[in-house]
Amino acid sequence: MASNPLDQFRIERTVPLEAGGIDISFTNSATFMVAAVAVITIFMLFGARQRALVPGRWQSMVEMSYELVAGMIRDTVGPEAKRYFPFVFTLFMFILVCNLLGMIPYSFTATSHIIVTFALAAVIFVGVTIIGFVQHGLGYLRLFAPEGASLVILIILIPIEIISYFIRPISLSVRLFANMMAGHTMLKVFAGFVVSLGAFGFVPFAFMIALTGLEVIIAILQAYIFSVLACIYLNDAIHLH
Amino acid sequence: MPQIEIFTVISDLFWSLSMASGQAAESSGGMPQLDPADWSTQLFWLAVTFGLLYLIMSKIALPRVGDILRTREERIADDLDRAENLNREADEALSAYEKGLADARSKANEIAAETRARVKGETESRQAEAEVKLSAQAAEAESRIAEARAEAMGNVAEIATAAATAIVSRLLGNSPDDTSVSGNVRSELDSRGIK
Repeated sequence: MASNPLDQFRIERTVPLEAGGIDISFTNSATFMVAAVAVITIFMLFGARQRALVPGRWQSMVEMSYELVAGMIRDTVGPEAKRYFPFVFTLFMFILVCNLLGMIPYSFTATSHIIVTFALAAVIFVGVTIIGFVQHGLGYLRLFAPEGASLVILIILIPIEIISYFIRPISLSVRLFANMMAGHTMLKVFAGFVVSLGAFGFVPFAFMIALTGLEVIIAILQAYIFSVLACIYLNDAIHLH
Repeated sequence: MPQIEIFTVISDLFWSLSMASGQAAESSGGMPQLDPADWSTQLFWLAVTFGLLYLIMSKIALPRVGDILRTREERIADDLDRAENLNREADEALSAYEKGLADARSKANEIAAETRARVKGETESRQAEAEVKLSAQAAEAESRIAEARAEAMGNVAEIATAAATAIVSRLLGNSPDDTSVSGNVRSELDSRGIK
């Protein structure tokens, strides 16, 4: 293994593929995205296959994840956002499982790449903007002008609101990507210390154990934050603040 | 949302930490994330996997879980309804039982009062009858006694006269005048209150 802590983020092409001059090679990143889909599908379908009235442990976990996301949408947006539930659920589970799979040593974290998180954030941004215009027409632009503000304040406020609106996909994607990358990089750096410190390597090793626990929490939390923010943006689009 | 802001700050902290450590190992090239040559394949596989997952979740998994939860909710609501119905029925049965009990008790009281009244009436009439009979007998007995006594008293004068005559004739040797004897006896008896 290379000593460079960033080497773990390198894309390795396992099956080189090309379509219409565009590189669509099957990579280590693609492997873990497919793995995430497989894990989620098995988790959801096998967990709920008995349709038990009194759920077992597995089914309880499936129901908990369902109710977590359903509650998130209900609390931040309201019952009218029920039709977007499958998307938010897919988003949450995909990011969560990608993050958690990345915690396995020698694995790859698909969400540690800015292009992946940015694509997800862009889909949310574009989708939310379309929903906003479909629901309110040009009235959606009122989102940038809070009601009851005086003209002077509006002149200052509208540019700020517009900038903050367009910065959403960037902040959303950078937050997730940076968290994933930073945590993994730090673990790698500490792992390097374990080797280089020799007999005193147990000190950074103890740190690594604590950090791994922290990273697992961050993996779950970032998936949650990403989906909650998606819900908040959706709420803006449906309710205009 | 304050907790999100806190984690944004934490993530920024991690970010600068990792940047610092990344720069130390910068010699072998920058961040792999910033290589545009890797982007098309990631976008393609992200679209494929995310799209597939969305289809599986929205068409199969989520309806199934939603179904399970709804079924359970309905079942619980049904059970609660049934329990409420049973409870109400039990309450009704209890009140009917109590009403029946109260009815029976009041009827029993009625019967007891009636019986008591009837027995009392009967006893009184019988007692009255017996008293009448007894007083009649007593009156008869009294009259008989009075008769007997009058008769006896009537005889006293005769006996006394006869006895006095006999005593006088024995003592004096001659029989006294009847009328004077009986007159003396009479006055003597009268003075003692005997008729």
